[in-house]
Amino acid sequence: MSYLQTEKLTKYFGDTHAVDKVDFAIGEGEVVSLIGSNGAGKTSLVNLISGLLQPDSGRIVFRGEDISNQSVQDRIRGGIARSFQIVNLFDELTVVDNVALSIFAREGKTRWLFTLADHYGAIWEEAHDILRQFGLDPKAKQLAGGISQGERKLLDVAVAYALKPQLLFLDEPTSGVSTREKAPIMDVISSIVRSHRITAVVIEHDMDIIFKYSDRIVVMHQGVILASGSPEEIRSNESVKDAVFGPTHA
Amino acid sequence: MSTVALRPAAARSPLWIVVWALPIAVVLTVLPLVLDSYRTIQLAYGLIFAIAGLGFNLLLGYTGLLSFGHSAYFGVGAYTVAFMVKYLHVQSMELFVLGTIAAALLVTVIFGYVCVRYTRIFFSILTLALSQVLWSLAFKFFWVTGGTDGLRVPTPKLLGIATGANEDKIHFLSHGYYYYVLVIFIACVSVMWLIVHSPFGKALQAIRDNETRARFVGIRIRSYRFVAFLVSGVFTAIAGALWVPLNGLTTPDALVWTFSGEIVFMSVLGGFRNFTGPIVGAVVYNYLKDFAVGFTVYWQTLMGVVLVVLVLVLPTGIVGTAKLLTATMRRRFAR
Repeated sequence: MSYLQTEKLTKYFGDTHAVDKVDFAIGEGEVVSLIGSNGAGKTSLVNLISGLLQPDSGRIVFRGEDISNQSVQDRIRGGIARSFQIVNLFDELTVVDNVALSIFAREGKTRWLFTLADHYGAIWEEAHDILRQFGLDPKAKQLAGGISQGERKLLDVAVAYALKPQLLFLDEPTSGVSTREKAPIMDVISSIVRSHRITAVVIEHDMDIIFKYSDRIVVMHQGVILASGSPEEIRSNESVKDAVFGPTHA
Repeated sequence: MSTVALRPAAARSPLWIVVWALPIAVVLTVLPLVLDSYRTIQLAYGLIFAIAGLGFNLLLGYTGLLSFGHSAYFGVGAYTVAFMVKYLHVQSMELFVLGTIAAALLVTVIFGYVCVRYTRIFFSILTLALSQVLWSLAFKFFWVTGGTDGLRVPTPKLLGIATGANEDKIHFLSHGYYYYVLVIFIACVSVMWLIVHSPFGKALQAIRDNETRARFVGIRIRSYRFVAFLVSGVFTAIAGALWVPLNGLTTPDALVWTFSGEIVFMSVLGGFRNFTGPIVGAVVYNYLKDFAVGFTVYWQTLMGVVLVVLVLVLPTGIVGTAKLLTATMRRRFAR
């Protein structure tokens, strides 16, 4: 059985078939890239699995359990976390606060009203450790709204990673950053994901990044899965070339 | 980066707060010895409104919810005390505070259940509408509430000790009662400081900054807003309970929406993105209003002008502006 599996997962927005009876599966420890042109349904599929959207029909099975009707919080507790295409941070909290908050929430400590947050030394230590892994520790005391776009992208992933996920969705982790910054960002993310054997689904438009960092690539087109295979198989797939890269792609 | 951003929380340690708070507490303790009775009572009013401002700001500054209905909880505090005096013949201030907390919890549970489902203008309008429901009840059920005549509240017993029948009421209010208010004020400031610096407080700030992301770190948004609503309402109600013996009377004016506007005014005046902003704002507002009322019969117009100037010139409030100026000065001296 797959680690995560969707069965005939469907989401319509009016006449638009954003996700149309999609059967998507991923194995434990795999790093899979979801590609496709704008409007192909990649983000909608991730939104459905992470709980941001409710499906019209179909099932989502994670580690053998049907999570289709679970709340976002229950899915997070079950081990699913995500980052966002447009960076979603707590801009008026510090960089370290952003990560610490994830840990507080993971440990169920955010319910405490009458204990100083600073008294949880182990949590702050873990937050700084995570920031060190992402190369963000020198920025720990700065407000998250005041760091560069590349750093914000990394912090977005760090906040999700602090939840200790088993399945991590990364929605365009290098969008909006310069070409020069993309590879270093992906190197950091890839090394953390692989060293902790986190199953990951990456949505990305940069084909160099996709071919370099993915175990497998799933191609979506107009709400359905067009193809799935290794980077080499996808690179040589003619229907993918036509649908995603256009007929003139070399 | 927003110019009205809260200072990074890591810069605030318990030691830091003691260094700043202790001298202020000492000054507040000594002031009745140097001020005349009128000014001391005025300061007591300021401290009471500061408690209401602290409660209000848990919602606005820390949770991102603008309430236009906090007069409701202030009024609940005031009327609970008045009802306890009239119908239960209670005189103990401690029982008044306990009764107020219970009544405020009851009202805020009902109001909060409805209001926290909404945000932005919808939340503001709902809180305003619900507060007006309480105002109209106080206004119309005059055989219970005294209507526009209100209900009188005599001098209470503090710590079970009855004030002497011969003791001058002004002396009592400007000394014994002032210190009672001061102790509760310090307790409220301490509790609120703890709350906003707790993991729960951080979760509220996260909800304020980015609701979607807060949801995706596992925070149940509505539950946290609900608890913040309860705490906020209880603080404001305690302020109402302390206010009514000082005022000697409660009327529906304590529940009317314009008083909610005054609480908003106090927080904006001091700076709602600072912990101390609403405290400073409440005390300054109290003196400002007193000055305006003595200066002209068109005092509301004068206060309106002050509010417009404040929003245009000092959008971060008195405390926010002071912090910006201090930071600028530090940078200049560092060069």
